[in-house]
Amino acid sequence: MTIVETSLGPGGRLAALPPDWPGGYWWHWLVFVVIILIFVVVMVMAFIYMERRGLGRLQARLGPNRAGPLGILQPVADAIKVLLKEDIIPAKGDKLVHWLAPVVAFVPALMIFAVIPFQDGALLVDLNIGILYIVAISSVATVGVFMAGWASNNKFSLLGAMRDVAQVVSYEIPLVLSIAGVVLVAGSLSMNEIVEAQSVPFILLQPLGFLIFFMAACAEVNRTPFDLLEAESEIVAGFHTEYSGMKFALFYLVEYTEVLALSAIITTLFLSGWRGPLLPPFLWFLIKVVAVFFLIFWVRSTIPRLRIDQVMAFAWKCLLPLALINLFITGLEIVALPEGLPWFLILVNIAIMVVLVVLWSGFFKLGGGRVEV
Amino acid sequence: MAIKTEPFVLNLGPVHPSTHGVFRMRTTLDGEVVVDMEPVFGYLHRGIEKLAEERTYTGVIPLTDRLDYLASMSNTLAYVLAVEKLAGITVPERAEYLRVIMAELQRIASHLIAVGAFLNDCGAFMTPILYMIREREKILDLFDMVCGQRLTYNYMRVGGVSHDIPDEFLPALDKFVNRMPGFIDEYDQLLKKNEILLVRAKGVGILPKEMAINISAGGPVLRGSGVKWDIRKADPYSVYDRFEFDIPTGTVGDCYDRYRVRIEEMRQSVRIIKQAMEQLPSGAVKSEVPHLIRPPVGEAYAHIEAPKGELGFYLVSDNSIAPYRCAIRAPSLINLTALCDMVKGWKVADAIATFGSIDICMGEVDR
Repeated sequence: MTIVETSLGPGGRLAALPPDWPGGYWWHWLVFVVIILIFVVVMVMAFIYMERRGLGRLQARLGPNRAGPLGILQPVADAIKVLLKEDIIPAKGDKLVHWLAPVVAFVPALMIFAVIPFQDGALLVDLNIGILYIVAISSVATVGVFMAGWASNNKFSLLGAMRDVAQVVSYEIPLVLSIAGVVLVAGSLSMNEIVEAQSVPFILLQPLGFLIFFMAACAEVNRTPFDLLEAESEIVAGFHTEYSGMKFALFYLVEYTEVLALSAIITTLFLSGWRGPLLPPFLWFLIKVVAVFFLIFWVRSTIPRLRIDQVMAFAWKCLLPLALINLFITGLEIVALPEGLPWFLILVNIAIMVVLVVLWSGFFKLGGGRVEV
Repeated sequence: MAIKTEPFVLNLGPVHPSTHGVFRMRTTLDGEVVVDMEPVFGYLHRGIEKLAEERTYTGVIPLTDRLDYLASMSNTLAYVLAVEKLAGITVPERAEYLRVIMAELQRIASHLIAVGAFLNDCGAFMTPILYMIREREKILDLFDMVCGQRLTYNYMRVGGVSHDIPDEFLPALDKFVNRMPGFIDEYDQLLKKNEILLVRAKGVGILPKEMAINISAGGPVLRGSGVKWDIRKADPYSVYDRFEFDIPTGTVGDCYDRYRVRIEEMRQSVRIIKQAMEQLPSGAVKSEVPHLIRPPVGEAYAHIEAPKGELGFYLVSDNSIAPYRCAIRAPSLINLTALCDMVKGWKVADAIATFGSIDICMGEVDR
């Protein structure tokens, strides 16, 4: 127990305990697990609806508008359709792994929400290593994806799964380094305390960190331009080519749950979580999550996809050095200004970000990537 | 110590999201790198050349519509030019201009799909192609006005065109021609200097100038490699010698050059349509042609600059009502022959992008 408990300055508290709740510990767990499950399912359906309608608008078409008023029942119709489909396991596939894969992929995505604060203190468990927990748990989903790719006994699936493993392992590093900047400024790993530390949103104090985190996280959850593992025009559907029915629905759910988790993490780390004037905290949290999600699918509808070697090069040659520089600068600032960070640092950091991004912008080498065969 | 690996065979197609029909690329991959590729086609073979021998000269026109179904007007134009050459039929002035207008509209429509599909293959999630389909829709509306069809028009006839244009056609065309350059600018704004598109398309899938000439490639594929060759200028058919337009060319012959050439060609087509609208004479649109054409014994070859390249029809007549032999020079098929050399050594994603940039239509490849 004593290894993970950290005292945070004067009067540090045991953050591993959940907040007070009438009825005690187990009541809190039960209620919050139900709340999280409902939240995830409802938000995923809302996201699917928003993405389909929003993409429709961005692509000069209407989007689904037949099921229910304004097509609002479209996700329900989709869900019913996909659940009624026949569940097929490839004859030469590994049946057990094929069954397990969607579950292994889904559980970690869901577990991330255990430490997301919906409002002050309203979270399943306020781990004092909250953000570290997220980093650790989120990479487990890759195992599920690789299991799916392997068990399908399909070359498209395997290619997609291999791409995913390579990509996630590479992007984990800039992701963690950009989080480290936030942790330095906040002085805590607990998600709730990170939010409490944000008297200004950290997107202003850590603009470069936000940029790196956003790109690395997009790669982590496989959204465009890093959606290589299910690149439709190349490898059909990637790892879930051979999935149908309920198991496919679960993978679909994983995809959107991960995006929801990503939006929630960005909201918590960089957009001051539930904090905001006038409106109730929970509503602020929701608004910010939806705004981040909108940004993600806006990017998706706008730009083409990168190639695998370019994706890897981008992680190692562009994001990693930038993340290291960001961490170094943040550390310098905190050492130089132990009394607290003044407001002009916002301008300084934005200026640093602009300079660095411009310096690294001529990064891609045109026409590279050919191999002599 | 290096891990021992061996290449494996991956069948891209015949049913695959980006094979633009039923085409199969039997690729040998070493990891992600394409070591070898063998194109396999013929899934859509309908025997159009043989079928043509069983039909009257007029009856073949609907068949040619179904060759390159994204550019039906151009196909029929090439065929009727061949028949007219064979039978010595003259075409009224107005019909010639209408043919040019339709062929250029068709070129824009075909290039819109080509560019959109290429960007889709590069991974731009449906957005560019949907914007381009929006404009193609307007062209299809124009075709609908003149012949009542949206895909297989059957509009060009031996000795002219089937109908004169309705009154509302010219104002609608004028509106379209004035708005189209703005739309092309819109695509450019989104994608011309997009960093990701540049790294995906520049220097990728290079077709060298010599090879392009040696395989007798045509259309944007040839011009992308820097060869200034366009049948409309080199051997003007119809009334193309009366219009001013440029031939856009690329420099190195990569995917990006082919993409740029198509975008520029759309601008040139708009220019041609504008001139044709100004010069459009009045009069008949179809000369007197017997119902059953019996051309004298002989042979004729007519070729046009179709959107995808040089489309040629070679007809042999034995003085009967049906062609004795009809051979089609399909640009898609000929452009496709260089695919293997263009993609060797590149990644799977590049192979798909290169394939998309060649712009083939399986209806024409398999015939």
